[in-house]
Amino acid sequence: MNIIEKILSKAAGMNEVVPDQIIDAKIDYAMINEITGYLVANYFRDVGAKKVWDPNRIAIILDHTIPAPTAEAAELHRIVRAFAREFSIPGFYDVGRGGVCHQVMMEKGYVKPGEVIVGADSHTVTYGSLGAFSTGIGSTEMTSVFITGRLWFKVPRVVKIDVSGEFSKFVGAKDLFLHVAKEIGFSGATYMGLEFGGSTVKDMSVSSRMTLCNMAIEVGAKAGIVEPDDKTTNYVKSKTSDSFTLLKSDKDAEYERTMDIDVTNMSPQVACPDAVDNVTTVSELDNIELDQIYLGSCTNGRIQDLQVAANILKGKKVSTRTRLIVVPASQEIFVEAMNTGLIQTFVEAGAAIATASCGACYGGHLGILASGETCLSTTNRNFIGRMGDPNSKLYLSSPAVAAASALTGQITDPSKLR
Amino acid sequence: MIVDANVLKYGDDINTDLIIPGKYLVITDEKRLGQHAMDGIDPDFYNKSRNGSILVVGENFGSGSSREQAPISLKNAGVKCIVAKSFARIFYRNAINIGLPILECADLWSEVRDGDTLSIVLEQGTITNKMASRIFQANPLPPFILDIIQHGGLLNKLKKSL
Ligand code: SF4
Repeated sequence: MNIIEKILSKAAGMNEVVPDQIIDAKIDYAMINEITGYLVANYFRDVGAKKVWDPNRIAIILDHTIPAPTAEAAELHRIVRAFAREFSIPGFYDVGRGGVCHQVMMEKGYVKPGEVIVGADSHTVTYGSLGAFSTGIGSTEMTSVFITGRLWFKVPRVVKIDVSGEFSKFVGAKDLFLHVAKEIGFSGATYMGLEFGGSTVKDMSVSSRMTLCNMAIEVGAKAGIVEPDDKTTNYVKSKTSDSFTLLKSDKDAEYERTMDIDVTNMSPQVACPDAVDNVTTVSELDNIELDQIYLGSCTNGRIQDLQVAANILKGKKVSTRTRLIVVPASQEIFVEAMNTGLIQTFVEAGAAIATASCGACYGGHLGILASGETCLSTTNRNFIGRMGDPNSKLYLSSPAVAAASALTGQITDPSKLR
Repeated sequence: MIVDANVLKYGDDINTDLIIPGKYLVITDEKRLGQHAMDGIDPDFYNKSRNGSILVVGENFGSGSSREQAPISLKNAGVKCIVAKSFARIFYRNAINIGLPILECADLWSEVRDGDTLSIVLEQGTITNKMASRIFQANPLPPFILDIIQHGGLLNKLKKSL
């Protein structure tokens, strides 16, 4: 069996599962944010449920609309806050306490290898970076999970992506994924799992593996996963004292197909409007003027990402033709970015910084684009209107390309900066 | 269960941000969500659909976010059933769970026009185009999914079990 089949068979209490089999799995952890969670809280009451299956296995994290920009958003906060209090949920993160839900889940030790985690947010796939099976579900199903602690799954077919070679300077996990998206296509992995492996992935930090798994949903996948190793163990042990099992793919595991990718000589990749698979190399994009650059999100708002960008921006100024918004993915990251001087670098360069949150990522809170504007973003989606007006344009890139572009006001290859 | 209504036809890759853009996610009133359904694709959608419609769409309908507001807005805009060439995974589950019937049928899309009247028998997955007197066969829904739809959604089922 491959790693996903092993995790699902364990959760279903079975010796073996096969692709397309429908199983009933025990859930180890469940997460909601305010956008999806207020529905869960309302549904929970509607059906007349009296208690949650296990308050210690639930996280409630405010992130999309914090601090509340409108009374309507504040009402969502009020609903989930009241729910967290009523059911004494220890894993509740209010305004100023957490940050982007997926980052918080990882940092607080709620994600452990070999476990099954569901979140009412599509980027729940991020936790595959620690060798867990994690996937996004809707609010109605989450209500059922809150009550029963179980959920049905169809065992996915899995595509193995074997990555070899060493990245050039300014190239990394984001570029790799955008390249994969171009190869697989926007809906090419619908219902499937993506297992990332090979020497390049082994060499990657947990933060980079998170970037890879985070974007699995962008090609339709149900889960992205990396086999756990020493880096995984060290990361998890630094967050929690709970025990866990490392499940790995068998040598003779079966896959739907295997893709081999060599990253040697890969140059920085950019996804152009309006699809994540509309990918080209940065050098092919000439004179793309940018009104806004966004550095943040569950894809690329971690300390490693901020560090790469700050190295490029240090002692320089954001071009007066554009604007840069930086949002650390969590409070923990924010603190570390202050202690290491990164925030100072950004502010001195002329960037706007906001509370650890989803920030400008989804077009519902801050940094919203006007009609006709163009933005380069380190996030994961460039659907039409994702960050604001339907007539705005959105490019996706790594933090390195974003920082270089902030200095020039147009899409720029960081290795070409003088 | 039989669903009868007129067709509203759209293309491939309609994602959740087009079905209900991020700025509307703070709306808690389902009726108002319905008024903004498909805002990113067709600002006149609500008026066309409000008296009942069957949405016929192409590949990969509902990709992207897990926001249940997407199928909720469609249901409240009068959509009675969605027939797609294919659906994105989370949307598929969400629609079923809120009791909005959806079917996958590869052949229908190219054979219907906007405004045609369809009659769908959900149990069998048969779709009759009354204008052309033609019958299409969709992939039938597995029994446990049909059961959720017949209950009017997963919550009604949960209510019974508590
Ligand atoms: S940062 Fe963006 S992609 Fe990540 S959870 Fe928030 S809105 Fe979703």
